[in-house]
Amino acid sequence: MRETVELSLVVNGRAHPIRVEPRETLADVLRERLGLTGLKISCDVQVCGACTVLVDGLAISACTYLAADAEGHEVTTVEGLARAGQLSPLQQSFIDAAAFQCGFCTPGMRMAATALLAENPAPTRAQVVAGIEGNICRCTGYVPIIDAILEAAGAVDAAGVSEGAR
Amino acid sequence: MRRVTTRATPPSPIGESVPRRDGIAKVTGAARFTSDLSVPGMAWAKILRSPYPHARISSIDTAAALALPGVIAAVSAADLADVELYYGHALADHPLIAHGVVRYGGEPVVGIVAEDPATAEEALALVSVEYDPLPVVTTVEAALAPGAPILHEREAEQRPQRGFEEAIERDHPNVCSSSTQRWGDIDAAFAGADLVVEGDFRYPISYAYAMEPYTAIAHWSDGGLTVWSSCQHPFMVRDDLARCFHLPLSAVRVIVPYVGGGYGSKSYTKIEPLTAALALRADRPVKLALSIEESILTTRGDGAVVHIASAFDGDGRLRGRRAEILLNTGAYAENSPLVGRKAANRICGPYRIPAVDVTCRAIYTNTSPASSFRGFGAPQGIFAGESQMDEAAERLGIDPLEIRRRNVVRPGEALWSKARGMDADLDADLLLAADALAWDTPARPGRGRAICISASDAGSEPVTTSLLRVHADGSVTVTVGSTEIGQGSSTVLAQIAAAEMDLPLDRVHLLQSDTTAASYDRSTGASRTTTLVGLAIQAAARDARSQLLEWARDALAGGGTVEPAKGGVLVAGVHHDWGAIVRAWFAGAGGEVVGRGYLRRAGSMTAMPPFWEIGCVGAEVSVDEETGQIRVERLVTVGDVGCAINPQLVESQDVGAAIMGLGIALSEELVYTPEGSLLNGNLVEYRVPRASDIPPFTAILAERGDGVGVYGAKGGGEGALNPVAAAVANAVRRATGIRLHEAPFTPERVWRALRERDPGREGDG
Repeated sequence: MRETVELSLVVNGRAHPIRVEPRETLADVLRERLGLTGLKISCDVQVCGACTVLVDGLAISACTYLAADAEGHEVTTVEGLARAGQLSPLQQSFIDAAAFQCGFCTPGMRMAATALLAENPAPTRAQVVAGIEGNICRCTGYVPIIDAILEAAGAVDAAGVSEGAR
Repeated sequence: MRRVTTRATPPSPIGESVPRRDGIAKVTGAARFTSDLSVPGMAWAKILRSPYPHARISSIDTAAALALPGVIAAVSAADLADVELYYGHALADHPLIAHGVVRYGGEPVVGIVAEDPATAEEALALVSVEYDPLPVVTTVEAALAPGAPILHEREAEQRPQRGFEEAIERDHPNVCSSSTQRWGDIDAAFAGADLVVEGDFRYPISYAYAMEPYTAIAHWSDGGLTVWSSCQHPFMVRDDLARCFHLPLSAVRVIVPYVGGGYGSKSYTKIEPLTAALALRADRPVKLALSIEESILTTRGDGAVVHIASAFDGDGRLRGRRAEILLNTGAYAENSPLVGRKAANRICGPYRIPAVDVTCRAIYTNTSPASSFRGFGAPQGIFAGESQMDEAAERLGIDPLEIRRRNVVRPGEALWSKARGMDADLDADLLLAADALAWDTPARPGRGRAICISASDAGSEPVTTSLLRVHADGSVTVTVGSTEIGQGSSTVLAQIAAAEMDLPLDRVHLLQSDTTAASYDRSTGASRTTTLVGLAIQAAARDARSQLLEWARDALAGGGTVEPAKGGVLVAGVHHDWGAIVRAWFAGAGGEVVGRGYLRRAGSMTAMPPFWEIGCVGAEVSVDEETGQIRVERLVTVGDVGCAINPQLVESQDVGAAIMGLGIALSEELVYTPEGSLLNGNLVEYRVPRASDIPPFTAILAERGDGVGVYGAKGGGEGALNPVAAAVANAVRRATGIRLHEAPFTPERVWRALRERDPGREGDG
């Protein structure tokens, strides 16, 4: 028998009693055990950001974070962001700016942006770039993503594609 | 966004940046990709891969793995006598699992199926395989050297789906395919030239990095096979599966959920036959979800070594071009015969050249198999050809913009005999890029600018169908075989159907990418979807409307006069919408009309290619001479797309394609040692662009209504990648005086070139 530990995992405000192996990652537990498939697994080595979720409001890579380490903390996934069928300002601005194509990076990108705006509600363009530096998007060239985050922050300099990243 | 429009105004919602159809699903995390799916009773597979780049397999022992609790099956080629092991749409040279020999490091040797992924992973370590290593070649030069080890001893069957007409030529056992492009008197062209420029260029082995790794689920039931896969061409995958498992096409169903990136890397068949074979032996539905590191070993882009010479008159006019392209195509053909065919065509550029002699050979090496990657065949040759345009301009004292303006073909002019005439205004495109770069004002000291242009024979083959069903409430379901891979086809194709049926967009829904439930489409690639599938939908809509007109005459006008009207018909001055006609004809509350759209090589689709895809890119750069780091100060793209059905999506394609091209220009390269080890097969050491790498960007859309597609549209999405490496290299030349011959232009390569420029410079390392 493999060794297991009993956890109470608090995800999107709900406690889930769950028995996991110590080696299981938070990403696998959220996706395969709790059915929260919004977060994606891509690089497996904490460089792409597709698996970004929030732990106590901070963006982390769930692919390299052990589920057992989440005990006693609040985990937020992309499924926890839309409330009562209403899109959040960030979700709306992502749609308005076409800040995604394939959408595989989008949940992680959204979580990184959420953490960024929580810490800094009025970021500059450079601060947005720094805030999503840990998240790869292979489709859009990032420009509409940066625009969307600035737009959601109510920034006046969300000037569109011609601004580029810097 | 800048749009330059001279086309006629199309009907709504064509030309409108309506929100993406998949937007809410994707921003809420609700969008389901293959990697998110499971099937009741599903087991998990893991793959044991070869540690050797070339070896004979002398024995495989899976007994210990099978004894592990939770393991359901352990499968090697020896267990698949009832399966056709070799697949490939061009050359059937690729065993779905290693068959006696491994030809690259990472080739699948044994598949384990278990109740959960951890058990399958654990079982891999219990499999014992003995190998007899064979000599290894990883470069094209080594593979063609005398006495080189031969990768394929068995002659592979040539298949009809290779994408071009001529038979695949092979003049050496390690040549996978050979393609030529020849016209004119090449010797005379060079003999009479005022200037000949000649050189060697290298384009890297690249990796598309679709963020969703290759993932498939196979389920055998009811005498047939159902496969869910993260793939671009479900119908091609179906065809290969039917052939491997001796099934009729109708017994194979391939379904494509949302796809996490493709860029060509999910074209054609990948892990689907292996997954289906494992499911067959396990007698369970099986999910095979590769890691990214395994995906890198599954498909990558063709590297190229290009020797090229271009002959010019004193006024800068091209007289001739010779080129020999060698593609490093890896262990199996995959789509490289077509990549090679296209490379031979596309290296000619969008120029009027009286004589051409080009050979492109795709070479087998003991590296992971190369296949399609956005722009396929174009960037490899365009880097070389466009570098030479600037070199010639410099030596002849002509402005680099001007030398291109003197050579580009005019609208309607054919690049080669029997080709479709140029459906673009290349001179105008060049001027748009020049304007955006302020070409007429000198660059700041230390900066250099360049403009490069390419034309790709795009669109693949015009083979597609669509069904358009008008329901009893007048709403419409459109079925197409084209895959939404992020490019926005689910939005753009709905816009076309809505416009053709005079309906609001929210009355139109699409069913895509299901080989049983949706209608046939050859492939989702070569930038073909908007143009070719758009035309099939238009034909289906016209067929539906024509039937509805008949039905209205029959059921509403008593055989009398019916006038076509917006969104329906007029009978004696009374408007009846589509739904009313359907209900009247069936004399009830239900029913539907089925419109059929077929696109084949006939009519407007007789001349090949279906359309030309233009790449027109401007770049301004500076170089840190101490470190060799290139800083791109501005990128400009001109998207010559005829009619942008959804301008926001077209612009997004151009930005994304150009940034992908920038990654290859500056950092992306998979590095193999001569012994066959891949040194950087992971996302840490294979560096793709990040947000901080993105330069200021100007995206221009040129819409002149000159495409063969609906409302004058033609394809986009790949063109902006193709000239980027050349534009950066030429701009670096103008900023620093160095000529770069090998992409990517890493700081080390640039630094070395700067030291060669200044041999006496102090501080040399």
